[in-house]
Amino acid sequence: MNRDMERYKEFSRRALIIGAAQTALFGILATRLGYLQVVEQERFQTLSDKNRISMRLVSAGRGEIMDRFGVPLAINTQNFRTFLVPEQANDVEETLDRLSKLIPVTDDDKQAVLLELGKVRPFTPILVKENLTWEDMAMVEQNFPDLPGVSTEEGEIRSYPLGLATAHIIGYVGRVSEAEIAAEQLKNEQVKNPVMTIPGFRIGKTGVEKKFDAELRGVAGRIEAEVNVVGREIRELTRRDPKKGHRLTLTLDADLQMQCQEMLAKERSAAAVVMDAFTGEVYALCSYPSFDPNLFSRGIPADIWEGLLADETNPLTNKAVAGQYPPGSTFKMVTALAALDAGISPATHVFCPGYYMLGKDKFHCWKPAGHGSVGFEAALVQSCDCFFYEMGNRIGVDAIAKMARRLGLGAKMDFDVPGEGEGIIPDRAWKLKRYKEQWHKGETLNSSIGQGHTLTTPLQLATMTARLVNGGKAVKPVLVRTIEEKGSQIPEWKHIGLNPAHLAIIMRGMDGVVNGAQGTAKGSRITEAPYSMGGKTGTAQVRRITAAMRAQGIKNETLPWRWRHHALFVGYGPVEAPRYVAAVVVEHGVGGAKAAAPIARDILLAIQKRAPHRIHTVDEAVEAAAASGEAPKKPAPRNKRKKRQ
Amino acid sequence: MRRENMSLYDKLLSISWPFLLLITMTACVGFVSLYSAAGGNLEPWAGKQMVRFVVGMCGLIITAMIDIRIWMKFAYVIFGFVVVLLIYVDIKGHTSMGAQRWIDLGFLQLQPSEPMKIAIVLALARFFHGATAEDVKNPFFLIVPLGILALPVLLVMIQPDLGTAISLIGAAGAMFFLAGVSYWMFLVVAGAGIAAMPVLWHLLHDYQKKRVMIFLDPESDPLGAGYHITQSKIALGSGGVFGKGFLHGTQSHLNFLPEKQTDFIFTLFTEEWGLVGGLALFTLLGLIIAYGYIMAFRCQNQFGRLLVAGIIVNFSLYIFINTGMVMGLLPVVGVPLALVSHGGTVMLSVLFGFGLLMSAHVHRDVKFSRRGLDVV
Repeated sequence: MNRDMERYKEFSRRALIIGAAQTALFGILATRLGYLQVVEQERFQTLSDKNRISMRLVSAGRGEIMDRFGVPLAINTQNFRTFLVPEQANDVEETLDRLSKLIPVTDDDKQAVLLELGKVRPFTPILVKENLTWEDMAMVEQNFPDLPGVSTEEGEIRSYPLGLATAHIIGYVGRVSEAEIAAEQLKNEQVKNPVMTIPGFRIGKTGVEKKFDAELRGVAGRIEAEVNVVGREIRELTRRDPKKGHRLTLTLDADLQMQCQEMLAKERSAAAVVMDAFTGEVYALCSYPSFDPNLFSRGIPADIWEGLLADETNPLTNKAVAGQYPPGSTFKMVTALAALDAGISPATHVFCPGYYMLGKDKFHCWKPAGHGSVGFEAALVQSCDCFFYEMGNRIGVDAIAKMARRLGLGAKMDFDVPGEGEGIIPDRAWKLKRYKEQWHKGETLNSSIGQGHTLTTPLQLATMTARLVNGGKAVKPVLVRTIEEKGSQIPEWKHIGLNPAHLAIIMRGMDGVVNGAQGTAKGSRITEAPYSMGGKTGTAQVRRITAAMRAQGIKNETLPWRWRHHALFVGYGPVEAPRYVAAVVVEHGVGGAKAAAPIARDILLAIQKRAPHRIHTVDEAVEAAAASGEAPKKPAPRNKRKKRQ
Repeated sequence: MRRENMSLYDKLLSISWPFLLLITMTACVGFVSLYSAAGGNLEPWAGKQMVRFVVGMCGLIITAMIDIRIWMKFAYVIFGFVVVLLIYVDIKGHTSMGAQRWIDLGFLQLQPSEPMKIAIVLALARFFHGATAEDVKNPFFLIVPLGILALPVLLVMIQPDLGTAISLIGAAGAMFFLAGVSYWMFLVVAGAGIAAMPVLWHLLHDYQKKRVMIFLDPESDPLGAGYHITQSKIALGSGGVFGKGFLHGTQSHLNFLPEKQTDFIFTLFTEEWGLVGGLALFTLLGLIIAYGYIMAFRCQNQFGRLLVAGIIVNFSLYIFINTGMVMGLLPVVGVPLALVSHGGTVMLSVLFGFGLLMSAHVHRDVKFSRRGLDVV
């Protein structure tokens, strides 16, 4: 057929064209395949490895915290947990029901698991219950056949053996908050610290746990594993073990700490600081009432948390460090020293008729009948206000403020427990800045007896006392004695240049306060030989005593608790060779002599009996053992300090 | 041999068994890859695929036994039936991957756009069989075949299924070309197509536009819509010359590769078997196509020739679009690799297509009139 022949030719011609095009396309495809698999192979190989290899971090054990003698204060204890893997459990709810018959799984726990169920991938274990006992654990494991998808894990949880007694110092750890992640990011200038994302990672929230978080945290380990696209681990490739955090040895004496905490428990709300006058080592630092930090590391129940927040005695606040109180008469040493430093003769006497007239204004002495003629020593012993009004009036507020600052008041001291209060030491410049007002002379009088604007923390008062009795060395409180691998943290202290003769007058006065016949704290004298103490009482107004109240004879004790005076005492012991200082504040304790001095006496007696500075600390014991076992080593810095004392 | 009244035995003998062997070898590449895709398991893909292939091969042979003139007679009927199916899915299909494409038959999720690729070839072969060289030069003569093309293209674009639309246009275009339509007409259509590009762009769905944009710049969104193509290139490229070995394709097995058992099966295969495996598969597919043309040339009637060539072009389009797509040469349009990818409709309709091809081959010497209806 001719026509078909024509069409056949046309078809053949065009089929060849299409065939050629197809051959060309095959050529292009083969070239592309070769390009990807030969030329680009290396690049894609790398990308492929990056795809499939995932890095997982393994948290490091947190460094322990010990007291100076090795008593554990913060440790890691075993924590049994149970998990549920949704894809392995046939019926999640039924499994939970069965589990709840074995271990205490509440309905809330169940709800939490069911809620989580919708959010995670089916192979991700969901935490069902933490902090199980070993018995609970054994119970669950025995019943594994009936509990598909349930698994158990042994983890670590931070625990604080002394609980309430060290809560304010050690602080506690908790889950990382968004703000903390952001802060860390800022500090390290990195995108995100991956350690923070480890499930169960805890960060120091308060106290030493917070301040030394970097040292305690350790270095996380790393596991490289092959994963599939949804992140499920197929197998482990490489592993770097985690490095445990550094151990901290504190200056604290745990036994003394517990005793002090107990002594404060007589009062409703109180704080105490006990430290070494020469080294600044803090032996005890208490704030009462306290809280159980173990509740926090486990996740605190809401009702307990709200109760703590609502309590007017502020159990969560470390009052020894953060509490700011008018120092009251405990400030009188500062005024006296400032006056002597300003050149006022040590022999100066002032007559106290029970009040002091500044122009037309009348300033009352605490003793309406008056003290008669008093000098520096007697004024401190009897806490005569008029004498210090006069001294203040003569030298002016700036001289007082300057001395206060030299003694460690009115500034933060970079203490090892965060949350320090700064306090207020007012002077002319301060008032101008704060209130945009000129200073009044009357305010100088108030300042000279530690009232008015003045605020101090118990920690500052202890530091002040230490500087008065150690011959004027600028000690600051220290709480962390050594950090593992970093050594001693106790610096050498410089002198602040005070006249020893002036200091002797002050110390004689403080001796008389306790041991003199007319001393305001003579009732709290240490009678047990060879121990002794000196000190100064203080009573700080919370509410101004008005003339009307004075006329009515309203007693401070009868006012509502929160309006009563604060009771303060700063002391040292022994009198002849001061070594330990203590500062005690009893919130709303009415009177320093009545409420604070007896506690200070008990504390200073207890510490003199224990004499912790003479006992080898745990780190010294290690060094001593090393020194005796090996060739003589050059003395450690700490030994130098010992010799000098 | 007289081809007019062949016995069944004669017909079986004249089937091109080497061609069926090539098809079976290609399908085996699929079985191996699907076995690997399931992590060394026949379930859930390879086993089913084998069953489908066996069923499809039986269908192929039965189709081949049926006289070419019967197929010609029912060409329009078949085409019309598939059009009805397409309309049905457009109206009341199940939504799958954002597109309405399936009819659930229980044992098979029928995707009418796949048999449409065969049906359109059948219908156009039927139409052009009766056309003289003069007819096809006449633009008005082409209104009917253009209608035959436009109807299903519109129907699949509604779904929307860009890949099938391109396949239909490609296969139909090739048939117009082979039937002798003037070169200048193709130039006019191509020019008009380019001119209409901006308008067509607006007609595309957002996700289709996105795919095209990502094809143009795949690195722009490596974890979003560009993920498929990036992961595919990583898997394929990391295979190298000799591949990672059977069952050792890390990317596919760790599920970085999406749709590894369907559209991206070629990636899985070449990750494990490397450039060597890839080129071997291309050779196999090339041989099928070449063999197809030989069979087309041996056909004594225009209907057979056009049918065979159309089916071969259609088959090659699966290959070019799919492999071009997984290698990042074309946008991801959702075209499977025929015979290899997991999927019942594609397997059965491709084998049915090859059955028609084989029928044309078996009955290659049959001569029938222009209208072709009077003989049987």
